[in-house]
Amino acid sequence: MTTAPGSLRLEHGELARAVADRVAAGGRFAALIASARDDGSTALRALVAGRGALDTVETELPPGVAHYPALTPLVPAAAWYEREIRDLFGIEPAGHPRLDPLVLPLAGTAPPRPRPGASAQVAALELDTSPLPAHVAGEGVFTIPYGPVRSGVFESIEYLVESYGEDIAHLRTRVYYKHRGLERRFSELDPADGVLLAERVEGAASVAHAMAFSQALEALSGIDPPRAAGFLRVVHAELERVANHLDSVIRHTEGAGQAVAYARMTLHKERLMRLRAALCGHRFGRGVVVPGGVAAPPLLGTGEALAAVAELELAISEDARALMTTPSFLDRLRRTGVIPHDVAAGHGALGPVGRGSGLGEDVRVERPYGAYRLLGFQPAELREEGDALARQFVRLDEIASAFHLARQAFDELAQLDQEPSWRHELPPPDGVALASVEAPQGELIYLVEAAAGRIIRVKPRTASFHNLALLPQAFRGDILTDFVFIEASFGLQIAGVAG
Amino acid sequence: MPWVFRGLREGVVTTPYPRRPDGYDSSFRASVVVLESSEAQDQTDLAALCPTSAIEVHGGKARVDRGRCILCGRCVAIRPDRFAFSSSPEVATIGRGGLVVPSGVETDEELARLRSDLARRVRALRRSVHIRHVDAGSDGSEEWEVAALSNPVYDVQRLGIFFTASPRHADVLLVTGAGSAGMVGPLRTTFEAMPDPKVVIAAGTDAISGGLVGPSYATRGGIASVVPVDVFVPGSPPSPFSLLHAFVVAMRLLSDEGGR
Repeated sequence: MTTAPGSLRLEHGELARAVADRVAAGGRFAALIASARDDGSTALRALVAGRGALDTVETELPPGVAHYPALTPLVPAAAWYEREIRDLFGIEPAGHPRLDPLVLPLAGTAPPRPRPGASAQVAALELDTSPLPAHVAGEGVFTIPYGPVRSGVFESIEYLVESYGEDIAHLRTRVYYKHRGLERRFSELDPADGVLLAERVEGAASVAHAMAFSQALEALSGIDPPRAAGFLRVVHAELERVANHLDSVIRHTEGAGQAVAYARMTLHKERLMRLRAALCGHRFGRGVVVPGGVAAPPLLGTGEALAAVAELELAISEDARALMTTPSFLDRLRRTGVIPHDVAAGHGALGPVGRGSGLGEDVRVERPYGAYRLLGFQPAELREEGDALARQFVRLDEIASAFHLARQAFDELAQLDQEPSWRHELPPPDGVALASVEAPQGELIYLVEAAAGRIIRVKPRTASFHNLALLPQAFRGDILTDFVFIEASFGLQIAGVAG
Repeated sequence: MPWVFRGLREGVVTTPYPRRPDGYDSSFRASVVVLESSEAQDQTDLAALCPTSAIEVHGGKARVDRGRCILCGRCVAIRPDRFAFSSSPEVATIGRGGLVVPSGVETDEELARLRSDLARRVRALRRSVHIRHVDAGSDGSEEWEVAALSNPVYDVQRLGIFFTASPRHADVLLVTGAGSAGMVGPLRTTFEAMPDPKVVIAAGTDAISGGLVGPSYATRGGIASVVPVDVFVPGSPPSPFSLLHAFVVAMRLLSDEGGR
C-alpha cells in the first residue's frame, strides 16, 4: 500500500487512540477515509488538521478483517464517517453508538458493497427504503416526514421532524436518496475526465471541486500551474463563493417574506451568473480549471470584467446593508438555530457555519494554496453568537472579501505578459496525494490515489457532509417555522453529502 | 419604507423571451453542433474525443447526441473544424431522437405522432400551468437554474407558469438528476399522484441519459425508465432560457413555429 506523504502508520487497534490523542492535543478531526484494495484489504486514513497542516494517521485492515475499534466513542465527530464507511465497504466500527445506514441502506443480510478503490464490477444494489421508526414517544408527539420530495425547488433529502406541536424535539436526516455512486465512477475515468466528474460532485461549487481535484494531481507530479492560471482560478473560485453566499441570503429573504429584497438579491445573483458565463462560457464556471492549469484565457477583457465586478459589488453591498437593518428580517434570524461555540469546536464545524460560532479556520489562511499564497485578504469577522444571523453576517463579510480577492487577481492578470502560459502538461499520475481548498461551504478535501497513470481512488470530502451532521444540534428550542432559516443558514449542497 | 424605492430602482428587468429575443439568451454555450467537413478523412477518432460517448460516426458522418453531451467542449477545442458551440437556447425537443444532430433518428411520422399526442394532453392547460419539480439525483446546479426562473429576469409567472408544492395540483413534472436508486420510488409516487393529463420534462443531460454519472450501481441512465418523458431539455445544467423553451415546447404557449 502506498503511504500518503508525512503519514503515520499504525496497527488498526491503535487508530482510535492515536486520533483521539491528536484531537485532545488541539487537532481538529477532519475526515476518516477508506480505500478498498483488490486483494480484499482496506486502507483507513484519519485526517487531523492543526498548526497549518493536515496530518494523516493510517492503518490497514488485512483481507478478511471487516471490523476495527470505532473512533466515534472517543471522537464523536467521526460518527458520520464511520456510518458512511460501513455503508460503502461493509466494515464494522466496533463500539459505534448508532450505526444506522447513511448514504446506502442495503436490503438483505451481508449484501455486496461498492468498495470504492477495488476494481471489481458492482451490479445494481437493492435499497432498504423502509421508513424510520419514531424515536420520541409521549402524548401529542407526532412525526413529520419532510422530504425527499419537498415543497419547493430543493435537492432531495429527508428530514424526519419529531414534534409535540411547535417545538422541534428531535430531528433526523436521511441522505441516501441522492446517492449516485460517484466514488466508484471516479476510478473508471482518466484525469482529464475525472475533473469533469469533480465539477459535478457539488454542482454549485464546481470550481472549488475542480481546483481540489487538480491540485491533488499537481501535487503528485510536483508541477505547479502557471502563474496566470493561478490568478484565473482565484477569480472563478471567489465569484463562485459570492454566488453561493448570495444563494443562502436569497433563501433567507424568501423564507422571511422580504419580497423586494428577494427580487433584488435574485437579480444580483443572475447578473453574477451572467458575468461568470461571460468570463468562460459557462454559468457555473465549468471547464475552466483543469489539471495543470486552466483550459483557456478569460473571454472577457480585464477592464470590462473589473467594471462589471465593481458595479455588482456596489449593488450587493447597498442592498445587504439595507437588509441587515430591516428589523422584520433580523428578528427571524436572531437566536435561531444556535450552535454554541463548544459544540461547533467539538465537531470541528467548517466554513461559515464554524465562523458564525467563533471558529476562524479558513483553508485560504491556514494552508494557503495556489495564487492565494500571493494575495492578501481580510478574513470574515468572527461571530460568537452561533445563530443564523451570525452566519449571515459572516457570509456578507465573505462576499466583500471575495470581491476584493477577485479584483486583486484581475489586476495581477492585467500585468502579465501578452502571451502567458495557462497550462502545463502533467505526467501520468502515480502515488497518493491530498489537496484542500476553501469551498463556499467550507474546507473541501480531495484524496487521490493513482498507480501507473491510472486513477484508483478519489474521495471528495465536502464541508456539506461534515456540517450536515451538526444540523440536528441547531434545533434546540426552535420551532417548525425556524426550519427554513436554519437550513438556509447552513448553505449545504445535498449532492455533496450523498456522494 | 426604503424597500419601496429600492424595488423601483431598476425599472423593468424582465426578459421579453420567449415572445421576442432578449439579446442575452443567445450569448452563452447551449449545445454542440457538427460542422460540415469539406474533405474526406478518417473520422474514427472523433467518437473517442467524447467523455460521455455523445459522438458517433455512421457512414462517414458524425453526429452529436445532445442527450449525452455535457458541454465540456473537448471536441470543440480539439477539432474546431468539425464541432462548434451553438448559443441558441432553444434545444428542447419532443422525443428523445430529436436530440441527435444533425438529423435525428425519429421519422417524421413518429415525431408527428408524439406532437399530436402531447398537444391533445396539454390542450386543457394552455393558460395556467402548475409545475412540480423533483430532484432525482442531480448535482445541485439544475436546482439553481430552475429556481432562477422565479427571479425578476425570467419571472415565469408572467407566462402563467407556477411552481406548486403538491403533485395533486401539478400539470407538469419537471425532473432533474440521473435517476438515483433512492429516488426511483418517490419519483414514481409523485408521478402517480398527479392528475391526468400530465406532462413530464426531463431537465438536463443527467436526467436524459445519466450524463457522466450514470448508469451505475446507484444510478439509472436517466429518468425515462422510471416515468414516461415527453420533453427533453439537454444541458449540464440547462440554462433558464433552455428551461423556458422547454415549457414553450411543452405547452405550445406560442404559435406552432415557436416550438420545434
